[in-house]
Amino acid sequence: MPCIEVEELTHVYYPGTPLEIVALRDIELTVYDGEFIALAGSAGSGKSTLVQHFNGLLLPTAGCVKVLGRAISDKQHRQQLWRQVGLVFQFPERQIFSNTVFEDIAFGPRNLGWDSTTVSKQVKDTVALVGLPEEILSADPRTLSGGMLRRVAICGVLAMRPRILIMDEPGAGLEPATRQLILANIKEIQAQHGMTVILITHHLEDAAVFAERVAVLHQGVLLSIGPTREVLSQTELLHRAGLKAPFAVELAQRLSQEGIPLPSLPQSIEDVAQLLQQLLQTNGARPGGASL
Amino acid sequence: MNNISMGQYLPAGSPVHRLDPRSKLICIALLVPAVLMTSNPLGLTLVSLWTLLVVLLSGIKPGLYWQSLKPLWVLLLISFVLQVFFTPGNALLTLGFIKISREGLLYSGWLLWRISVLLLAASVLTFTTTPLQLTMALEWLLSPLRRMRVPVQELAMMINLALRFVPTLFDEARMLLLAQRSRGTDFNSGSIKERVSRLTPFMVPLLTNIFSRADELALAMEIRCYRVGAARSRLHVMRFRPADYAALFLNTAILAAVITAKAL
Ligand SMILES: Nc1ncnc2c1ncn2[C@@H]1O[C@H](COP(=O)(O)OP(=O)(O)OP(=O)(O)O)[C@@H](O)[C@H]1O
Ligand SMILES: [Mg+2]
Repeated sequence: MPCIEVEELTHVYYPGTPLEIVALRDIELTVYDGEFIALAGSAGSGKSTLVQHFNGLLLPTAGCVKVLGRAISDKQHRQQLWRQVGLVFQFPERQIFSNTVFEDIAFGPRNLGWDSTTVSKQVKDTVALVGLPEEILSADPRTLSGGMLRRVAICGVLAMRPRILIMDEPGAGLEPATRQLILANIKEIQAQHGMTVILITHHLEDAAVFAERVAVLHQGVLLSIGPTREVLSQTELLHRAGLKAPFAVELAQRLSQEGIPLPSLPQSIEDVAQLLQQLLQTNGARPGGASL
Repeated sequence: MNNISMGQYLPAGSPVHRLDPRSKLICIALLVPAVLMTSNPLGLTLVSLWTLLVVLLSGIKPGLYWQSLKPLWVLLLISFVLQVFFTPGNALLTLGFIKISREGLLYSGWLLWRISVLLLAASVLTFTTTPLQLTMALEWLLSPLRRMRVPVQELAMMINLALRFVPTLFDEARMLLLAQRSRGTDFNSGSIKERVSRLTPFMVPLLTNIFSRADELALAMEIRCYRVGAARSRLHVMRFRPADYAALFLNTAILAAVITAKAL
C-alpha cells in the first residue's frame, strides 16, 4: 500500500525574483507502507526540500503530494500530519531546549494530548528502545556528548510513535560507530512496529546495509529509484550524482576488471567475504584461474 | 515565509547595482531632506518621479518592492486613518462622533506620500547594495571622524558583523520554527499567555545557537589574527565612475531646486 505518492512535484524557492531557485523538478515517487527507503544525493540536490513536503511544512509549487491517502494541499490534513509523520531535522540536537532529557523527549507526546502516565511510559519505552540507559532521563542535556544528544533528539520524535519516520542525515558529523548504532536501532524499530522509514543520506554504505530501496536525487531531478542492489550497481549514475558507490560495489567491479567476476553483486564487506569464499570453494584454491 | 523581506540584497546587474555604494548613500542623504522640505505638490511630484525612475532602472520588478514593503503598508494605512480622524479642523464629513476634516485629510495625505517615497528610496538602496558595500561606504563617509578619535573602522566592523548575522539568524529561526512545528507546537492559536509560553522551545535554542555561532566566529577571527585597531587592507576598492557623478549631480540639483523654491 502506498503511503506517500508524489506526482510531478516541482518546488521553486522565491519564484519570480532574482533569487529564484528550482529546488525540485518533476519528481515522481511512491513510498510504500512499512518500507525502509533511502534518499541519496549530494549537497543542494533537494533532499531536505522534498521531505519537508511529506509532513506538510512545504507546499508544492506545481504537482501533487499525497500522504496517507490525502493531498497535502488540503489544509486540515496538512495541519494534522505532524501527528503521524515524524521528521528528524539535520542536527536535531540544536533544537533541544529543556533542562532535563525527559522534558525534551516528552515535548512531542504532550503536544499529542496524551495523559502524563502515557507520556512518561512512552518516553521510558523509547529511551529503552534505542538502548539509552534510563538514568539519562534526569540528565541535563548540556552535559551530554554530541552523539548522545543526537540520540536524545531522535527519541523526541520516535516517542510520538510516528507511522512514517523521516530522518535528515541522522549520522552527519558523528563517529561511524554511533552512526551505525543509530541506524541499526531504527531498522529494528521499523521491523518490529511496521514503521515506514525515509532516510536521507549521502553515505551509500548506510543505504546498502539498511535500505530496501534507494532514490537518487541530483540538482532537483530524480535520477533513479529502485531496489538497493540495482541502484547501487549503477556506479556511473551514482558518480554523475556526485555520490560514491559503496566500497564493496567498487571492489567487485575492480575484481571483475581484473578477471575475477563475482557471482552476484555484493553490498557490504560481509557479502564480499561470502562471495569470495563461495568462489574459492567451487573453483578450488585458485579463484577463476586468474593470476594476479 | 517564502517572501522577499525588506533589507534583502537582490543581485541583478543593473546600472543602479553598479553605482559606487558611497554615491548611493550620499544620494539618499540628499534625497531625504528634499522629500521632507518640499511644501508644494509640484516639488514632491518631481522627487517622486525621480525615485520611480530609479526604481525602474534598478532592474528589480516593481512587484517585489510592493511585496517587501507590504507589512509596512498596513501600519502606514492605520496611522493614516487615525490621523484623518483625529486632526481637528473644518469638518468635511461627519459620521456620528467621527469627523473627517479637510486639514486632517491633507496633512495625513502629505505624510503618507512622503513616507512612501522615502521607503521606496531606502528599498532601492538595500535591494541593490550588499551589506558589505554598505558598511564600506559608511566607513568611508565617517572616516573624517577618525581625527576626533572615533573608532570608525571598529564601528564599521561591528555593523558588518551584525548585518552578517541577520541571514544566519533567519535561517536558524526558520529551522527551529519548522522543527518545533513538526513536534506539534502551534504558534498561531491560543491566548497571548499560551502563545508566549509556547515560544520557549523556539527562543531558548535560538539564543543558545546564535551565541555559540558568535563564539565560533570570534575564535575564527582571532585565529586569522584580527586585532582591534590594526591597519587593514581591502579586497574590493571603491571607485567613482561617470555614472556616479551624474547621480550625485542630479540629486544635488533636486535638493537645490527644492531649497530655492522654498526660499522664493
Ligand atoms: N529556505 C530556502 N530558501 C531558499 N532556497 C533554499 C531554501 N532551502 C533550500 N534552498 C535551496 O534549494 C536547493 C536544495 O536545497 P536542499 O536543502 O533541499 O538540499 P539538500 O539535498 O538537503 O542539501 P544538503 O545535503 O546540503 O542538506 C539548494 O540550492 C538550496 O540552496
Ligand atoms: Mg538538507
